[in-house]
Order: sequence, then structure tokens, then C-alpha cells
Amino acid sequence: MRRMSALSPAPPLSGPAQERARRARLRLTDLRASRTLTVLAWIGAAVIVITMGSVGFQVIRGASEAIGRFGPLFAFHAAWIPNLNKLGGLSYLYGSLVTSLVSLVFATILGVSIGIFLALLAPRPVANVIGPLVEMLAAIPTVVLGLIGIIVISPFSAHTLEPLFHGVLGWTGLFGAPAQNGASLFTASLVLTIMVLPIISALSRDIFRTVPQELRDGAEALGATRWEMIRGVVLPTTVSGITGACVLGFARAMGEAIAVTQVVGNASLIHANLFFPGTTLASAIANQFESPQNSLTESALYYLALILLIVGVLTSIVSRRIISRGAKLT
Amino acid sequence: MSTVTPDPEFSLRPSGNLARRLLISRAAQGGAVIAAALAVVILLILIGFTVVHGIGALSWSFLTGNLPAATGQAGGIGPALLGTAELALIAGIISVTLGILTALFLTEFASPRVAAPVAATLDVLAGLPTIVAGVFVYGIVVAHFGESGIAAAIALSMVMTPLVARATLESLRRVPATWRDAAAALGVSHWRTVLTVILPGAASGITTAAILAVARGAGETAPLLFTSALYGNNVQLNPLHALPNLPLEIYTLIETGYPVSVQMAWGAAFLLMMTILLVNIVARIGLRRGERKRGL
Amino acid sequence: MSVSETTTDEFDDTLIAEPDRSAPARIRLSPGPTRRPTPEPAAPAITRQIVFDARGVWVDYGAKRALEDVTMTIERNLATALIGPSGCGKSTFLRCLNRMNDSIPGFSVGGELRYHGHDLYGPTANRVEVRRRIGMVFQKPNPFPKSIYDNVAWAPRNLGMKDGLDERVERALRGAALWDEVKDRLKQSALGLSGGQQQRLCIARAIAVEPDVVLLDEPASALDPIATASIEDLIHELKLRYTIVIVTHNMQQAMRVADRTAFFSLDENRTGALIEYADTKTLFSHPADSRTRDYITGQFG
Ligand SMILES: Nc1ncnc2c1ncn2[C@@H]1O[C@H](COP(=O)(O)OP(=O)(O)OP(=O)(O)O)[C@@H](O)[C@H]1O
Ligand SMILES: [Mg+2]
Repeated sequence: MRRMSALSPAPPLSGPAQERARRARLRLTDLRASRTLTVLAWIGAAVIVITMGSVGFQVIRGASEAIGRFGPLFAFHAAWIPNLNKLGGLSYLYGSLVTSLVSLVFATILGVSIGIFLALLAPRPVANVIGPLVEMLAAIPTVVLGLIGIIVISPFSAHTLEPLFHGVLGWTGLFGAPAQNGASLFTASLVLTIMVLPIISALSRDIFRTVPQELRDGAEALGATRWEMIRGVVLPTTVSGITGACVLGFARAMGEAIAVTQVVGNASLIHANLFFPGTTLASAIANQFESPQNSLTESALYYLALILLIVGVLTSIVSRRIISRGAKLT
Repeated sequence: MSTVTPDPEFSLRPSGNLARRLLISRAAQGGAVIAAALAVVILLILIGFTVVHGIGALSWSFLTGNLPAATGQAGGIGPALLGTAELALIAGIISVTLGILTALFLTEFASPRVAAPVAATLDVLAGLPTIVAGVFVYGIVVAHFGESGIAAAIALSMVMTPLVARATLESLRRVPATWRDAAAALGVSHWRTVLTVILPGAASGITTAAILAVARGAGETAPLLFTSALYGNNVQLNPLHALPNLPLEIYTLIETGYPVSVQMAWGAAFLLMMTILLVNIVARIGLRRGERKRGL
Repeated sequence: MSVSETTTDEFDDTLIAEPDRSAPARIRLSPGPTRRPTPEPAAPAITRQIVFDARGVWVDYGAKRALEDVTMTIERNLATALIGPSGCGKSTFLRCLNRMNDSIPGFSVGGELRYHGHDLYGPTANRVEVRRRIGMVFQKPNPFPKSIYDNVAWAPRNLGMKDGLDERVERALRGAALWDEVKDRLKQSALGLSGGQQQRLCIARAIAVEPDVVLLDEPASALDPIATASIEDLIHELKLRYTIVIVTHNMQQAMRVADRTAFFSLDENRTGALIEYADTKTLFSHPADSRTRDYITGQFG
């Protein structure tokens, strides 16, 4: 208001003409401000969309040489010999899938249990302390997790867990002799579990809390135990949401580069032994992208990034679908 | 008076298969408790190791000294501290601006038909592997202009923006519709309502989101790998050059494997982790307070 | 016949003769006035088993007292209605009868509440067993998002009643007067049923485990008049086999379905209390307490 009168040098006579002029100016300011804000918001959204679009464009363009040379079968060739221009992504894809799936299994079992505890068992004050503590795991910088992974988790994995698994399940071939320093697919899976766990536990807690109290009461009023109520009513009504949470956790595990690179051993091998070094898509990029041996290798690394990108986009679409479908049901 | 004698036909002790069912139920509940305890124990172990290994490295010269001049030498992390602060600041400004604008766009300005694809894009961006963000910025910025703090901040903000946008979106949606309606009923124009009613109403949520996003960005390594890795060993504040930073410094210190370097890595990890955890705790408590004050 | 048996005549006597029996160990506190429900007028001395025997029952939610000093008995194979203004603790009392309140933070109950002579809240009473014997149907129909069949079969399966499950489901659905409407679509989702059908499904679900008592908390309040009528008809059937306790806001409904009616109201401190408990006919035609009279003639509040 004060600004308005400052703009108008004329004394504030209260004639109808002045009033009309004042209103018109006000309307003009309103119009300008509203336009500015709208334009800014559109720009913000446009930047997001354009960025995402150019990520896709950039990665595809970078990968085009490798795509042209190897075609879609790139993902199914294991050899990675840059000198000979023999490049295939299978060993990376394999390592990514194995580490992500193993960590997903651990994180789902633990995370869903934690979600059950936080949403259905613990008194609110307890849940309000434990919940944020678990979420704190997600705040630990990945490079720090990698450091702890190298110095603490790797030896633990190689010298404590491996004999344990080997003793019981050695015949499966999944738990063979460990590498000396403990760098292995399994160690990477453990580190990933720590990263994925807070995602799954927080999401599943929130999902479990959406189950109406009336449904839970209805189950308990029929003489069901707590666990029967959870298994018979809560889990079936939330299964799609939990699946969505797992898909998000899987995506997180696939995309992690740093901590995995630190502990996975970075050997482009394909083998069943979880306690042996391996490699992943993201860690291949982290290790080699800085100084690729030749342009074809660089392009192949872009190709690996493209695979990661496709996995990321797909998982985000899938989890969105699943979660929104679940929301519709309840 | 005869009603006191309990009728055995209607005993309330566990009957039939109930004893077994209760056992299963208690075991399952016990499992859930153990899982939660395990997660907390893991957190404590992670913090514990970092504290035990890292606290010994801390000293004034460590905090302020230049980075080691050559691998395997002793040194400080002063330039990396400053660089990380600067990167977090620049990336924070970019991502908070973009995040808030995008959230406003989605809630206030876009028709549902336009909002849906933008929201989906935001989800995809949130799921973008951080290393791909690094590769992307390398391709469009670093390949042409070389490494720089700006390039690194752009890569970081690709990770941070979706976080800010989503949390802001959530806070905006929690602003009671009645406030908006009241403003509209008073004839207040839309943009004024947005700036004076809706944004302030969501302020505590947005602030928390911004702080958490900056904390997250400060700890990210992958986006910096190809954008701000070739830095010198002394203080560099010009964002047109590669900025020394803590995450990459930790990463390279560990890779060298020299005991003195690993010791430094622990010290730096301790600082980085503690700062981020503290910021997280404070921001969350602040958020809860703010919400309670407004009765949300 | 077991010893937990009395006549309605004795009911008054016990109240007057032994108002303050030495408190069992689990009475935590017995504050408040020793107000007693109005002695009820003499009823024909029919011998009936006492299912619930409440003496001086009170309930707190945190620091707030919700219900004060309820003393009443509920008898077998009768339908007992709980009526009263909103917030007077009808649901609270009903939910005490099968311990549905236990998991509410801050909830505490005192006084003595016996079920066939067993202390409902005693150390030997198991909550799950309590609910298996005392089923409950809620105000809002709450079928599980499962098939109609599985809604009914779920609890029997838990209990290990796997033999003749199909017959059991059919019996429960017939018992809830729902069989003819759903027999061709047992495998379809229960969420596709109408509100009234859903509520009858919930009743079928409750009786599938052959409970002793069925508690109903305003079971028809979310339903249209036709669905309400079918639920009321059903209650007449159900009380032949089960003991029914029903909370209702609708006094006509209480008159139509209940043999006995308890009127709860709020006292000076806005704490719920039992004001009057009598045969339904008596309560509505000759209320002994002025507050009951005001309420049933619509002069309440
Ligand atoms: N879970 C709860 N936590 C705290 N207070 C409660 C809770 N449930 C009920 N109350 C309080 O206890 C009192 C009695 O509530 P109750 O639901 O038993 O009343 P009601 O007679 O069933 O009312 P209505 O007819 O509206 O259903 C009320 O003052 C209510 O606010
Ligand atoms: Mg009620």
C-alpha cells in the first residue's frame, strides 16, 4: 500500500477517478506478480523435465558407438577386454543383480519386521525414538559406510560369516573360499543392506499404519493372536505397497556406486561364490569412467550407465504403479 | 451368593490350540523386536567404530592444515572442509529454488494433466543413480569446460532437488485447505495467497527438507567423482575450479592404503558423519516442534 | 446346572446385602461415590445363568475417567441393550466385556468384572481366549479385503477347525441370514457387498467360531431402514443361541430387540455412569429415575 502511494505523486484525493486509477494500478501489480510467479514455477518444472530428458539423451548419445557395435546383446556378453575391443556388460549386470538381490532379501526380512514393530507393536513413544534411529542409517554418507565396510565388515564377512555359511550350506557352491581381504559380492551385499534397510523399514511402517484400526480390531475380536492378525489381515492388505517399497530398495541398491566399489573387489568375473570378488555396473563406471582406454570403452561405460538408467526409470514407474494401485484398494 | 464360583465350562485360560498359537505369535513379535534392535545396534556399531577410529585423528592442524602434498604423507583436511561447505551451499541454493518452484508448480499452477508427467519425471529423477548424475554432468559440462565446483554443484543438486521438491510437496499438501479458502473468500489474489499464506504455512516442513537435502548432498561422493576430483592440496574457493571436498578426500585416502592416510580418512569420516547425523537430528526435532506448534 | 446361577429376585438381594464385598486383589482403586443403580422392580423369577457380573467397574483413559462404578449383571440368552447419550461410555463398557480396550494407550479398568465367575481381567484370563468366547461386531462394517468365504473361514482356520469348514461357513452365513444372497459368489470379494450385507457378513464371521456372547456396537447405525430391520430380525434369532449385548442410540430399536435395557448417562463431572437397568418394558414404561425419563421422552440435554 505504502509503495503504491509512493508511486503516485498526486495527493490522495478520494475522488472516484483516483480510486479507479488506484484499483487499476493494483490490478496491474497483481497481474505482474502473478505472472512472474507462474512463469517461475513453470521454469522450475521445465528445468526438471529438461534435465531428465537430457540425461537420457546424453547417456544414449554417449553409448551410441557401443550400441552400434554390440547391439542389445551387449548385456549378455561377459568379456571386458578394452585392448581387444571385446566389451560386454554381463559380469557387471550379474554383480549388480546378485548384490542387489541378496541385500534386498536381507533388507526386506529385517525392514518389514521393523515396520511391523514400529507400526503395530511398539507403543508410540518407543516407535517415535526407534523409527528415526533406523532412518539415521540412511543419513550415513556412503563413503563412510564404504570405509567401515573395508575395515570392519570385510574381515567379519570373510572370517566369521563365510565359515558359518560354508559349514552349513557349502554344498550349494554359493559360499566358497573367501578372498583374503574380504572384498566380495557378499560384503557388498551387507553394505547395501544397511543402505536399503532404512528405506524399506520406513516405507513399510508408513504403509502398515494405513491399515484401518477397524480391520485390526475386527481380526482381534475374532480371537486371533497378534501375529495372526498381522499375517492374515495386515500383510495381505499391504502386500502391494510393500512390494513397491522393495522395488525402491532394489533400485537404490542397483544404483549405489561408491560404497560398493570400496568393498566388492572389482573383478569382472561371473561365479557363484558370493564370498569372492565381483563387480557391478555402477562400480565399473566409478572405476573406469575417469580414464577409459579408448573411445569404444568410454562408450561401453555409457552403455552401462544406460542400463542403470533404464533400471532406475523402470523401477520408479513400477513402484509408482504398484503403490498407487495399493492405495486404491485400501 | 453363588456367582463367585467360576464355571469351568467357560474358562478363560488358553484352550485348544491357543497355547501353540500364542507361542508362534510371541516368537513372531520377538523377531520383530530383535530386527528393530539389530538395526539400532548396527547404527551404534557404525557410529562407534567411526568415533573410536576417528576421534584420535582430530587436532587443530588436522582441521585447518592443507591436504597431504603427496600420497602417503600426513596432512590436514582444511581445504576439503571449506570446499564441501561451498559445494553444499551452491547446490543447496540451486536445489531449494528448483525444488520449491517445482512443488509450487505441481500444487498451485499445473492442471492435473500437466502435473502428472512432471511428478512422474520427478520420481524418475529421485531414482536416478547418483553416479549417472555424475556421468551426465561430465558429459555436458566437464567435457567442455573442465572440472569445476559449479559442475559438481549441478550434479549434487540433481540428487538434492527431488528430495526438496517431494518434502515441500508434502508440506504444501498439509497446509489446511481452509486457510486457502479463507484467503480466497477475502478476495486475496492467488499469488498473494501462495506467498503469504501457503508458503509460510509450510515453512517448517520446507526448512527441514532444505536442511536434510543439504546434509545429504554434503555426504554424496559419486556426483563429484568426475566433476570435482582434480583439486590441489590447498584452499580453493573459486567455484570455477575443482573444489577439494571431504567425500572424495576420504575416498582417495582409503584407496592409497597407507596407515597414515587411513587414519586421516577415519578422522574426516568422523567429522562428516557426525555433522550430518547431528544436522539430521536437529532438523527432525525442529520439524516436530514446528508441526506441534501449528497443531498439525 | 452350574452354580453361577441366580434369579432376578436374588439379583436385587445381592446388591443390597453385599454391596461391598471384600475387594479382590486386582481392584486397583475404588474412588467415587458408592452410587448404586436404582433397584429394579420385581420381575418374574426366571432362573437364568449370569454371563457377566460387573461390580463397581470403572474405566480411565489416561487421566480422564470415562466410566464410573458400573454394577450390573448380564444374563444368558437374553439381548441386553445399552442406551444413553453420546459419550456416556456405552462403547467403553461394551469393549471392556471382551477386552478390546486393552491396547488403547492410557486405558485402565478397575472394579470387578466376571464372566461366568471368571475374572475377565485376572491373571489366568487370556485376552485371545476371551475374544474367542466373546465375539464383537462393530458400528462400521469392517469385512476383511478377502473373499466372502475367507472372511467367514478365517477365524475357524486359525482355531484349527479345519474339518467341515464349508459346512461351518454355510451355517454361519445362514445364521446371519446371508446365505441365500451370497451362496453363488462366495469366492468374490466381500468389499463388493452392500453395507447391510457386509454387516451381516461380520455377524456371520463372529458366529462362525461359535462364541458364547456376541457384542454389537450400534450395528445398524450405518445402515438404511431395510438393512436395519433385517439386522434386528437377526438379533431375535441370535439370542436363542447366544447372549447378546447391543449398544444402540435408537430407543425403538432397544424396545424391539432387547429383553433388558441399561441406561447410561453422564454425571455432574461428565463421567459416564449406569443410571438405571431394568426389563426393557419396565424401563421404557415406568422409568424409576428422572434422568431416564427425560432421556426416553426426548428431553435430554
Ligand atoms: N480411545 C479413547 N481414548 C480416550 N478417550 C476415549 C477413548 N474412547 C472413548 N473415550 C472417551 O470416553 C468417553 C466414553 O466414550 P464412549 O465411546 O464409550 O461413548 P459412547 O457412549 O459409546 O458414545 P457414542 O454413543 O457416541 O458412541 C468419551 O468421553 C470419550 O471421549
Ligand atoms: Mg459408541
